[in-house]
Amino acid sequence: MATVELRDIRKTYLKDEIIKGVSLTIEDREFVVFVGPSGCGKSTLLRMIAGLEDITAGDLLIDGRRVNDVEPAKRGLAMVFQSYALYPHMDVYKNMEFGLKLAGMPASERSAKIRDVARILQLEPYLHHKPGQLSGGQRQRVAIGRAIVRNPKVFLFDEPLSNLDAALRGQMRVELATLHRRLNATTIYVTHDQVEAMTMADKIVVLQGGVVEQVGSPLELYHHPRNLFVAKFIGSPPMNFIPVVVETSSTESVTVRLPDETFLDVPVDGSNTPAGTALTLGIRPEHVALDEPGLAGQVEIVERLGAATLFHIRLRDGQLLVAQSDGAADHPLDSGVSVGLPPRHCHLFGADGLALAAHARHPLLA
Amino acid sequence: MAIKRPKSHTFAIGLLGWAIACWVFFPIAWMALTSFKTEVDAIATPPQFIFRPSLASYHEVFARANYWHFTLNTVAISLGATIVALALSVPAAYAMAFIPSQRTRGTLLWMLSTRMLPPVGVLVPIYLLARNTHLLDTLTGLGIVDMLTNLPIIVWMLFTFFREVPAPILEAGRMDGASRWQEMTLVLLPLALPGIASTALLSIILCWNESFWSLNLTSSQAAPLAAFIASFSSPEGLFFGKLSAASTLAVAPILVFGWFSQKQLVRGLTFGAVK
Ligand SMILES: Nc1ncnc2c1ncn2[C@@H]1O[C@H](COP(=O)(O)OP(=O)(O)OP(=O)(O)O)[C@@H](O)[C@H]1O
Ligand SMILES: [Mg+2]
Repeated sequence: MATVELRDIRKTYLKDEIIKGVSLTIEDREFVVFVGPSGCGKSTLLRMIAGLEDITAGDLLIDGRRVNDVEPAKRGLAMVFQSYALYPHMDVYKNMEFGLKLAGMPASERSAKIRDVARILQLEPYLHHKPGQLSGGQRQRVAIGRAIVRNPKVFLFDEPLSNLDAALRGQMRVELATLHRRLNATTIYVTHDQVEAMTMADKIVVLQGGVVEQVGSPLELYHHPRNLFVAKFIGSPPMNFIPVVVETSSTESVTVRLPDETFLDVPVDGSNTPAGTALTLGIRPEHVALDEPGLAGQVEIVERLGAATLFHIRLRDGQLLVAQSDGAADHPLDSGVSVGLPPRHCHLFGADGLALAAHARHPLLA
Repeated sequence: MAIKRPKSHTFAIGLLGWAIACWVFFPIAWMALTSFKTEVDAIATPPQFIFRPSLASYHEVFARANYWHFTLNTVAISLGATIVALALSVPAAYAMAFIPSQRTRGTLLWMLSTRMLPPVGVLVPIYLLARNTHLLDTLTGLGIVDMLTNLPIIVWMLFTFFREVPAPILEAGRMDGASRWQEMTLVLLPLALPGIASTALLSIILCWNESFWSLNLTSSQAAPLAAFIASFSSPEGLFFGKLSAASTLAVAPILVFGWFSQKQLVRGLTFGAVK
């Protein structure tokens, strides 16, 4: 059992406020992923939870107990670092034993525990190797093993896979997910990687400039981004954005004028957007309908990914739009195409960047 | 060493290295040579390279002064000052490397600046302090002064070595439940051991060779080898044979020590560069 609660957490370094009031509740056994651009404060936030950084203001609660001033080891957490941070002078066995020894666990118990974990992580043949003799993936496993043996209530990961090559990263991702299901411990995971965030998280926290932009399940963020930042940040290739102007609006829908002077009726709540308001229309590449009536343009670049094809289409007004189609789709370079924008897949964002509320939830989220 | 140099280049560098080494080592070799000459041969002009070796100077030196008394003093002072200096510097360098504040850089520079002061500038105050605390001509007194003069260099060296240790490794230790003390002794020290060893070696060598304070703060009881050498120098520049014998005896132990630890010394001093 472990819940983590952040109440208006703040961090100031020499007058610079890095974390500007983060409030968050992490449920027991939940897998929470922090994402955000470089420098947004993900690591800082994680390190404050770990106890490696002081909390300037706000309360941190683990299982309802305020732990702001509790030492890292007494918070019942274990952390896996991006650089692995193994003790280079100790072999794998001693690396895992270090924390147990400091905690005063008897030798026989330590040994049983370490062997158990080594078996789970397939580290048995390497127990007496030094970290320098191991490959990146093996080191990563040792780092995870060192965290697991201590039986923590909460696991903290700071970009644990970013030093591995793509193939190994994919493999370790699956291993971590399996491990999480097996251990069922509350996990907080920082990453840059969209795929890691989308596939592993129960809940994603999108951070920007020390502020939480949105918290939700991966699909929630994907299909119902709360604002322009989240819409831009989640999804690859990213969402397309087109400037539009409100023609008529009601609580039922908003009719917008597109750059080519045609109209589109989007089913979102338009009660606060009178006619004439400038909005941003967003649509994901896979929702752009090629060869349907709509905006006219010309194919400028074709990217064939095998399973899918990305068409970069130059619209009449000069804007570039990306449409994703299946791998077999064929549109020659420089040929003219018409792209349809299915209204139920369109997002509208106001000048403040906030999304207008959609009427229909995505079927998977309903 | 990934860069490939042309052969002639390597040869030239080797030649230059040998030339510098010979140039630096010549006075020491000459001193050793002179120590085996008779006093007459020692001052002969032109200088003699070929002569009949004699142990006369050594016999005289051993007869006139208790070499072992001075040597033991030097060993005690060098080791004592080094151990105390390390005990004080390790926590200081740890704090500066891993918990820096806005004033860390300034403090480091200030500490180093104390080394730029000519020691004679503080001779009177230090002498008076030593006299009033009854530390004149004691091993403790000279040891403390040697320790303090080397402290800035030792802190600096340890600071650079500690900076090479990735902070996450220490943080991992803290997450594993290590106290600050355990973090230092169980994680940091084993990792920085090569650096600490070469720092210790350097400190011992500096203490061994220190002469200014040795001559001014000791007379007989605590006199180290520097005083031993000085006692054989005469203002008229006579008795080169005995002076050379005394000097050779004084530097021989540290020379041998340095020879055996040179690998460690070089490794430590280039620790940051080759990583
Ligand atoms: N010790 C420090 N002193 C001053 N500023 C710091 C310190 N540590 C971090 N910062 C600043 O805090 C901000 C957030 O840093 P943080 O490392 O948390 O970012 P991040 O989201 O983890 O970035 P990345 O994705 O690159 O790892 C950055 O702007 C950084 O410059
Ligand atoms: Mg980071």
